Amino acid sequence: MKIIDMTAVELGTAIQNREVGVQEAVSAALERIEEKEALYHCYVTLDQEGALGQAREVQKRIDAGELTGALAGVPVAIKDNLCTEGMLTTCSSRILYNFVPTYSAQAVVNLQRAGAVILGKTNMDEFAMGSTTETSAFGVTRNPWDPEHVPGGSSGGSAAAVAAGECFYALGSDTGGSIRQPASFCGVVGLKPTYGRVSRYGLIAYGSSLDQIGPLCKDVRDCATVLEAISTHDPKDSTSVPRTDTDFTSALVEDVTGMRIGIPRDYFGEGLDPQVREAVLKVAYALKERGALVEEFDLSLVEYAIPAYYTIATAEASSNLERFDGIKYGYRTQEYEGLHNMYKKSRSEGFGPEVRRRIMLGSFVLSSGYYDAYYLKALRVKALIKRAFDAAFEKYDVILGPVAPTTAPRLGESLSDPIRMYLGDIYTIAVNLAGLPALSIPCGRDLKGLPIGVQLIGDCFREKKLIQTAYTWEKIRGGSSPDEDTPTVCSPARKDECRDVGPAAGKEER
Amino acid sequence: MANVISDETIEYVGILAKLELSPQEREQAKKDMGSMLDYIDRLGELDTSDVEPMSHVFPINNVFREDIVTNGDMRREILSNAPGEKDGMFMAPRTFE
Repeated sequence: MKIIDMTAVELGTAIQNREVGVQEAVSAALERIEEKEALYHCYVTLDQEGALGQAREVQKRIDAGELTGALAGVPVAIKDNLCTEGMLTTCSSRILYNFVPTYSAQAVVNLQRAGAVILGKTNMDEFAMGSTTETSAFGVTRNPWDPEHVPGGSSGGSAAAVAAGECFYALGSDTGGSIRQPASFCGVVGLKPTYGRVSRYGLIAYGSSLDQIGPLCKDVRDCATVLEAISTHDPKDSTSVPRTDTDFTSALVEDVTGMRIGIPRDYFGEGLDPQVREAVLKVAYALKERGALVEEFDLSLVEYAIPAYYTIATAEASSNLERFDGIKYGYRTQEYEGLHNMYKKSRSEGFGPEVRRRIMLGSFVLSSGYYDAYYLKALRVKALIKRAFDAAFEKYDVILGPVAPTTAPRLGESLSDPIRMYLGDIYTIAVNLAGLPALSIPCGRDLKGLPIGVQLIGDCFREKKLIQTAYTWEKIRGGSSPDEDTPTVCSPARKDECRDVGPAAGKEER
Repeated sequence: MANVISDETIEYVGILAKLELSPQEREQAKKDMGSMLDYIDRLGELDTSDVEPMSHVFPINNVFREDIVTNGDMRREILSNAPGEKDGMFMAPRTFE
């Protein structure tokens, strides 16, 4: 098997068995990057030399018997809103175009302790605000399954990098679906852990009560392994919850006998693409055949999750993004008159349109006279949504539904109508409001050949139920068979040729 | 559109948000904010009179730890990110004469 086709755990095992050297693994990833990056643009920052340097160090420690874990020596890509000491961290925003953190996010430190080699920082929607990676100040990322389509967002660079083989796994962050939706659009496995499971220290905040860091991987085993490495209690994050049930790989069991799976009818209504619907329900039938107890139910309140989310998230964003003022770091405008004019000009020039839109809305809903009517109202609705999930999890272990109403849209089609774009988050967003864990795993492709993902939602701290169910589905589907789960490899020169073959052919006429 | 955002409101929000908008951006912002608020107004359909606002999904209260310094002196590294620096301090525009 070629190095580049290995999963993270397969590569880690080969490194432990001395079949593959760490430098060899890093070189394989760098070669793929060299070949594909000009077209896909998954990365904002690449650190080729640094990666080779880390590889030498990690190899020494493996040879000395200090690093024996499954991720030692495996190259990883990190979303650009996670601080990395000494490495540019921009949030894909002009306002942080030159910011070099003096410390690393705890999740990154945990991976480095496990022997990870960091290749670089992945592209994203600016400050994680968006669903397509098109709001990045540094250009769009293309979907490796079809470069005319978006990879999803906001962790679009991470998802595309995993799908294209430009890394072996990646970290992303999920505030309203930003791991699960790009994972679905790019045909990879993405997991948003329970709020408090992974330390947010060093994650540049968007909506602090909703943000959570998680893995994007080639398969479920990789996902469980990475989650195991990054889930630690951290005194530096006061919302980090101490837990002992972090042995996620123990849930890699092919068995769903007696697993109670609920299908929310409200997730299959108007707006859902029939091809997505069919592919997602196929998973439910397959699990039922394996002994799961599958039944439909009404979750309720689904249509209220988006307005509640955009109130809470923008309110928190307006507060969190106050710190970008042109004084301590980042962009400062060239000409100004006095302090306040400098703040205003630096921020207006430094932030893109979507970020400005959300800061304005957030400032409004928090302003006196509107705080009760909008912000507190949204927090009350959040409580109702949590209750609805609590009631569901009295009956079910796992809720199964679509990740997004459609497959990846074409580039340039989403940003003109913000509310329509926000509606694309309808199935992912309630999970963040309720702090729940959820996972996206590939379940098929549409007629255009674009991947479809199924979402599994669990009760708080029940990630193992998700992992077990997803692992069983993966086995039913036949694992990562290269023809089904690897995009047609396109290089810039062969782009047109690629688009004329396979299931994507003739899609213009459809 | 039910919510009509006045010039005064957008001016006020601009001050709160510390953002400077061109006349064109201002009109767009009024339109965007109005339609978002129309959408958010749907929340009013729900009776929440007996529901407490939930800021956190888990019953987490204040988390305390000992006040012990664990990091070293990183002044040089931190200042190297600043757009303006003087005598080991951040340099900001003059705020009074």
